[in-house]
Amino acid sequence: MNARSLYSFPRPGLRWQPVWRRNFLVWRKLALPSVLGNLADPLIYMLGLGYGLGGLLPQIEGASYLSFLAAGTVVASTMNAATFEALYSAFSRMHVQKTWDAILNTPLTVDHVLAGELVWAATKSLLSGLAILLVIVALDLTSSPLALWVIPVVFLTGLAFAALGLIVCALAPSFDFFMYYFTLFITPMILVSGVFFPADQLPEVINTFASLLPLSHAVQLARPLLLGEVPADAAWHVAVLAVTTVFGFWVATVLTRRRLLA
Amino acid sequence: MKRAMDALKVSALRKSYGSNEVLSGIDFSVQTGTCYGLLGPNGAGKTTTLRCCLGLTVADAGNIALCGLPIPAQAEKARRRVGVVPQFDNTDPDFTVAENLLVFGRYFGIDDEVIRNRIPDLLDFAGLSGKDNARIQTLSGGMKRRLTLARALINDPDVVFLDEPTTGLDPQARHLIWDRLKQLTARGKTLILTTHFMDEAERLCDRLSVIDHGRRVAEGGPRQLIAEHIEPEVVEVYGEHAGTWARENAGLGERLEVAGETAFFYCGDSAPLLAALAGYPELRYIHRAATLEDVFIKLTGRELRD
Repeated sequence: MNARSLYSFPRPGLRWQPVWRRNFLVWRKLALPSVLGNLADPLIYMLGLGYGLGGLLPQIEGASYLSFLAAGTVVASTMNAATFEALYSAFSRMHVQKTWDAILNTPLTVDHVLAGELVWAATKSLLSGLAILLVIVALDLTSSPLALWVIPVVFLTGLAFAALGLIVCALAPSFDFFMYYFTLFITPMILVSGVFFPADQLPEVINTFASLLPLSHAVQLARPLLLGEVPADAAWHVAVLAVTTVFGFWVATVLTRRRLLA
Repeated sequence: MKRAMDALKVSALRKSYGSNEVLSGIDFSVQTGTCYGLLGPNGAGKTTTLRCCLGLTVADAGNIALCGLPIPAQAEKARRRVGVVPQFDNTDPDFTVAENLLVFGRYFGIDDEVIRNRIPDLLDFAGLSGKDNARIQTLSGGMKRRLTLARALINDPDVVFLDEPTTGLDPQARHLIWDRLKQLTARGKTLILTTHFMDEAERLCDRLSVIDHGRRVAEGGPRQLIAEHIEPEVVEVYGEHAGTWARENAGLGERLEVAGETAFFYCGDSAPLLAALAGYPELRYIHRAATLEDVFIKLTGRELRD
């Protein structure tokens, strides 16, 4: 592959759809356990910490701790769902099942495969985020129609983390590699991005660093929306997530081309 | 009848990985409706050649035209008319037999309706009738291979690439695959296959190239290669002292090779050798016609390749 086509910006058009449909067809066979599995863990944290810890705490930013935590739970579980799909599931299709190799023998290219995987991981994370959102509505933790805007925020968050996950997938020699991504990036990010507590509790230097991370932008969009307020600097937060998606997807595509088309 | 365009034309193909030159100038063309074989030991460059032809790897130099289209420039368009049976089965374990075909057809942009109409014929062709709803895990190795072949035909391709299509199959399964591949060429499809089974190449290929260390060492029809490169008769002598005996009587054949406890005499006329062997009942022997395998061994040597 020459340098120009290796580094060129991906141009998948709409021909990635059969790749998305392939993953959707697999998911449909296991839909219920998949959604319940994605729902249980974050809900246990949200309700456990929300009621348990929340009972000891005063109101945070004008809301109960449980309401505060709800927004963080939505975006964090969206991020987790997109990340797991782009890491473990995509890697399994690429490296173990050789599904991508089979697809590359058809008229589709790496650009189409990666775009299909990107949108698929974001779709799956959207389902995960929506399920939690429904629980939040059912528990009466939000009542504003502005909360509906959380749906596109969740999808955009899913796209951003799917793009980052696909970069890691393209670099991974084995499944073990993903542990580094979680312990060095995902877990610390959850703690500094305002998911469990307001980020301005943290020392200034960490707070500044956190403001560069995509998860904090997702939190700053979702939390006010669930509390019935228009987020401050919404365009800026959306832009950061969008740029993360586009740039991450570009890098992931280049790395995957290098890996599969040598 | 006008002369059909070549389905594949490869010239002066070169490819290196770092300082390791995998292809050092490969040339061949495949006439439409024929079966062409790429033969060579492991690591000879067969799979790399196929990947270059499909536009999955870009060669450092050389030209490829597949279905009249330049590769890699128009590889996506060319692959619409191509089917591929990869070396290792990569059917989708999450799907049934029919779902595998449906999902794969969609990658070509074919409508579901059209694909569904093709599935019964393809399963019939592959000897998988009635297996529509079988899960992949329940299929035998031979059935999976036939499903991979059916999958490669989902877009009704003009050219089918097969990378070691029968490796790992039992004799019954191999014969069934061979029979189907002959049916495909009879229907006018062009086949390009890599193999290191010489009997397979001898049965299936109209023409073939023997490649080794990234170079073509011989090209022609199977019979022609045998006639050009090797004596017509082979006597394999084996037994405890076969090697010693053979070296002492090397003059009884045109050419002698000793490998372990077996001596291979390559002869124009084997009568004097057979007469001499009659006096040594402790030596056992096989007298046979020369095959493509003898040509292959002569051209690529007896050392193991890893």
